[in-house]
Amino acid sequence: MLKDISFGQYYPAQSVIHSLDPRVKLLISIAYIVFLFLVKTFIGFLPLVVFIVLAVWLAKVPVKSVLRSVKGVLFLVIFAAVLNVFLYGASDAEVITINGVALKWWIFSVTKQGLYNAGFMSLRLIMLVLSTCILTLTTTPMDLTAGIESLLNPLTYIKFPVHELALIMSIALRFIPTLSEETDRIINAQKSRGADFESGNIISRMKALVPILIPLLVSAFRRAEELGDAMDSRCYSGSKGRTKYKKLTLKLRDLFATLTSSVLFATVILMWYIPWAV
Amino acid sequence: MNALEMQNVGFSYSETEVIKDISFTVKQGEFACLLGRNGSGKSTLAKLVNGLLIPKEGTVKVFGLCSSEQKNLFEIRKRAGMVFQNPDNQMVASIVEDDIAFGPENIGVPREEIKERINYALDAVGMHEFIRSTPTRLSGGQKQRIAIAGILALKPDILILDESTSMLDPQGRDEVMSVVKKLNKDGMTVIDITHYMDEAINADRVIVVSDGRIVKEGTPKEIFSSADEIEKYGLCLPKAAYIAQKLRKNGLPIKGDAFTKEELSEALCELFRKG
Repeated sequence: MLKDISFGQYYPAQSVIHSLDPRVKLLISIAYIVFLFLVKTFIGFLPLVVFIVLAVWLAKVPVKSVLRSVKGVLFLVIFAAVLNVFLYGASDAEVITINGVALKWWIFSVTKQGLYNAGFMSLRLIMLVLSTCILTLTTTPMDLTAGIESLLNPLTYIKFPVHELALIMSIALRFIPTLSEETDRIINAQKSRGADFESGNIISRMKALVPILIPLLVSAFRRAEELGDAMDSRCYSGSKGRTKYKKLTLKLRDLFATLTSSVLFATVILMWYIPWAV
Repeated sequence: MNALEMQNVGFSYSETEVIKDISFTVKQGEFACLLGRNGSGKSTLAKLVNGLLIPKEGTVKVFGLCSSEQKNLFEIRKRAGMVFQNPDNQMVASIVEDDIAFGPENIGVPREEIKERINYALDAVGMHEFIRSTPTRLSGGQKQRIAIAGILALKPDILILDESTSMLDPQGRDEVMSVVKKLNKDGMTVIDITHYMDEAINADRVIVVSDGRIVKEGTPKEIFSSADEIEKYGLCLPKAAYIAQKLRKNGLPIKGDAFTKEELSEALCELFRKG
């Protein structure tokens, strides 16, 4: 079940992108997404497309696994595109006519603007997925957690439990394979008692999941209790007086990556002021 | 000073009394084994040692520190580390190195020293080559050795094993026990809570728990020489001792102190030599 989620799973490799500081990668990704939504023209996208292609090439991840992540959201992209094409809601004058037949029926109409929007939206969504996918393909969940913890650190001043949040995240990640194994075991146990998960309509299939979810939940709680005891035994007492073993340090390549992406983002901004690009 | 001192300890979950008036001490450097069948209260006893449970009656003292006082708990847990039954439920991180760092981080060890402690702990359990591995990919015995390393990184004086080998296959059990034996030889006080008789033979002292009370106490040889009595408490003889007893019943004059595989084979060889 959980094994099917291959979306952006860490791909181990030795590359510049892999060895970047997770904080730098996170910040660049966030900036990138912001710019994706600021850009209003196809030409404006150009630097952002170049950026992604460059990143994939430098990260040495197989293009296939990058594209697979797009496949996962393809349905969403098509759905959004179709809505954009047909439901743009235009006046009659704007509706496209082919051989004298206006492409309009009831509330559905195809317009130039609608097509344009659909293309635009699809591109934006695909780029969005690609950028986050590169982030998760090149960063281990542990590093990602450490990066998030470090970036959120200023929030400790307003008593936000940053350390606790990061610990919860890393424990959750740690238990994904364990609970996925457990799920398989429970499914097999219920199957061997004659449970049927494959036939029937969607409602009866949902109902069949109950005998899986309840034991899974019970066992997760039991595990949580034992983990709590184990953590207590190892002197865990919150973030107070705690040291950190892993320390993130910025290196020269992080500076270089920041500069490169800044140049690209600057290009995007510059293009707003070039009349023909807007 | 005694590593552990329990005095008239009683404990109950709501209505049911699980531990009744238990008193015993464990000396520093000793290998003590608590034996008892399921439901005898031995796991509750383990949790009472490092302050996960606080006794309702009596006192538990670890190196003179009383567990009933909240301020002592941190120090007690630092000195008495506990390894649990299920290795999967003791790991907090997805990488061995980070998991072992968890304990030292908690007690505020500086970064450089944490690195040293990780190396020391992994060397002690013979798992140094797995420093960058993912615990989920390891075997049960290996995982449990990592769990021990996680405790060793806190540099405790007492190692408590709460049925730590009961989910392992025989090979994993041997792996873990040989690590524990080595640690004990280097001066670690070990309290092993188990229902495997073969583990108890290695102990300096065996304490048999039944129905929340200590019913028998002594060296392994003393305990296992009265087979009928320990069967009463739901326990059985170690395999070699069981075979020796059967052979004796069938007329073979086996020496009375053949409890391990080695001792049994030695005794049998002696019989052959005599003819």
